[in-house]
Amino acid sequence: MNNSINLCFNTSFDDFSLDVNLTLPSRGISALFGHSGCGKTTLLRCIAGLQPAEGHLTVEEEVWQDTNRFMPVHQRSLAYVFQEASLFPHLSVKKNLLYGFERIPKEQRRVAFDDAVSWLGLEELLDRNPDKLSGGQRQRVAIARALLVSPRLLLMDEPLAALDIKSKKEILPYLERLHDDLDIPVIYVTHSPAEVSRLADYLVVLDGGRVIASGPLADTLSRLDLPFKFGDDTAVVLGCTVGEVDNHWHLVRVDFPDGSLWLRDQGVSVGQHVRVRVFARDVSLAENPGKSSIQNVLRGRVDALGEDEHPGLMLVRVRIGSSILLARVTRRAAATIGIQQDMTIWVQVKSVALVE
Amino acid sequence: MVFDWSPVLLSLKLATTTTLVLLVVGTPVAWWLARTRHWSKQPIATVVALPLVLPPTVLGFYLLIMLGPKGPVGHFTQAIGLGTLPFTFPGLVVASVFYSFPFVVQPLQNAFEVIGDRPLEVAATLRASMWDRFWSVAVPLARPGFLTASVLAFAHTIGEFGVVLMVGGNIPGETKVLSVAIYDHVETLEYEQAHWLAGGMVVFSFLVLLTLYLVNSRQQRTFTL
Repeated sequence: MNNSINLCFNTSFDDFSLDVNLTLPSRGISALFGHSGCGKTTLLRCIAGLQPAEGHLTVEEEVWQDTNRFMPVHQRSLAYVFQEASLFPHLSVKKNLLYGFERIPKEQRRVAFDDAVSWLGLEELLDRNPDKLSGGQRQRVAIARALLVSPRLLLMDEPLAALDIKSKKEILPYLERLHDDLDIPVIYVTHSPAEVSRLADYLVVLDGGRVIASGPLADTLSRLDLPFKFGDDTAVVLGCTVGEVDNHWHLVRVDFPDGSLWLRDQGVSVGQHVRVRVFARDVSLAENPGKSSIQNVLRGRVDALGEDEHPGLMLVRVRIGSSILLARVTRRAAATIGIQQDMTIWVQVKSVALVE
Repeated sequence: MVFDWSPVLLSLKLATTTTLVLLVVGTPVAWWLARTRHWSKQPIATVVALPLVLPPTVLGFYLLIMLGPKGPVGHFTQAIGLGTLPFTFPGLVVASVFYSFPFVVQPLQNAFEVIGDRPLEVAATLRASMWDRFWSVAVPLARPGFLTASVLAFAHTIGEFGVVLMVGGNIPGETKVLSVAIYDHVETLEYEQAHWLAGGMVVFSFLVLLTLYLVNSRQQRTFTL
């Protein structure tokens, strides 16, 4: 646990209180997820030190805050990407990028200027002023500017929320590369289930200033006991490896621990690591496999039954070996088949989406 | 007619000195007013604004009492061997600083408020200390405010009359500034000299304000995102 981010904040503002005690991994992307007003941005600001709050915070054994000490923001080895890019309007793109870079000692610079520029594709933009950039371009500059302070912790507050769909699509691949190529832990605030399943490794669900679930992504997404519901977006995410590309039928087979799925070929190659998202609404259960247009039929064991938001529906958690899928079925169907814990069942997956 | 330039030069010297002093003294006050949530913000902002509504003679009268040999400031200046300030050039500078204080603080305060918290927070997350943030972000972003403040302080000091007459009197070369000189000329029916000085003031004021408006309208375009 020494190598992780330990935080505990207990504070209240006018009509809102935050009471959080968390340990986050020091690798990968941890998503702070919740509806607006759940306190996720406030928590992020507390971690940055932008919002003074009682509590303690240790990042990889360095104490940033405890009862006797409050390290000011500018001394914390962090970077922060705000929802709106917040570039300095009086500085060119290049000078914006250099602002933080020049303020850290040379020996601490682990990200080279040219690397950050080429990584985020900013070569053509360096001499421009921020007001001459599109929303997506501005956010790319903000991300590069943050990386250039070589932070030990990168905080991102809904970096895509203010962008249109086109700009979101433009930024997402950069965030994924950040995830794959950079060894910087990221705390990522979002209210989008799609961003969570695409980017997160670790998920913290917040509601009313409290943590209602936290854990590795797959575990947390497949929990049935959350008071917080994802509704139609209820899904699990499987980390897979591409096992076979079938050029004749334009399909690929992706393998996950103890199972595999076929999906449309979207230009991946064998051996590549991909994430697939399986929505609970796309999973159905059957007593017998039978002939069907559904190509993905797996044998599993009912692990648990859970409530859904709608009284006519229920969630069924099914184990495929060591992996887990969720099925959203009607209560009547469940009664007809006689679904109960530990029974063996066929799982039909109607569609699978590649998220990475 | 021999044109006496000394009131003009004295006015320029007074306005320059006052403007510089005001920028140094007014900036921290404006910064504090723009950023604080303390209860004393409104009372202090009101005190700063008082010279806008008080007759200059009222301000001059109290300054005269305060700075005079029996006033608290007078006691102090005498104790440290500076003598008393009324009817001297430094006394005029002190009086002008008080008189033009709101003309510097208010535009600066506005400019700092318009910046908001965000750019300063961004700078903090990019390793800039408070002092660093002030110079590298707040000052450049508040540039139009600094320009307005300087021009207003300078022009307002050139144009002051009541306070100067109360605190400075009418000593040629020491406290006889342009506006007092015009008054003098009119009193002694030297209309030609009065015309030159007064006309010069009109032209000067017009040019100053025009420059200010032109620069400000251009700045707004540059700074609107």
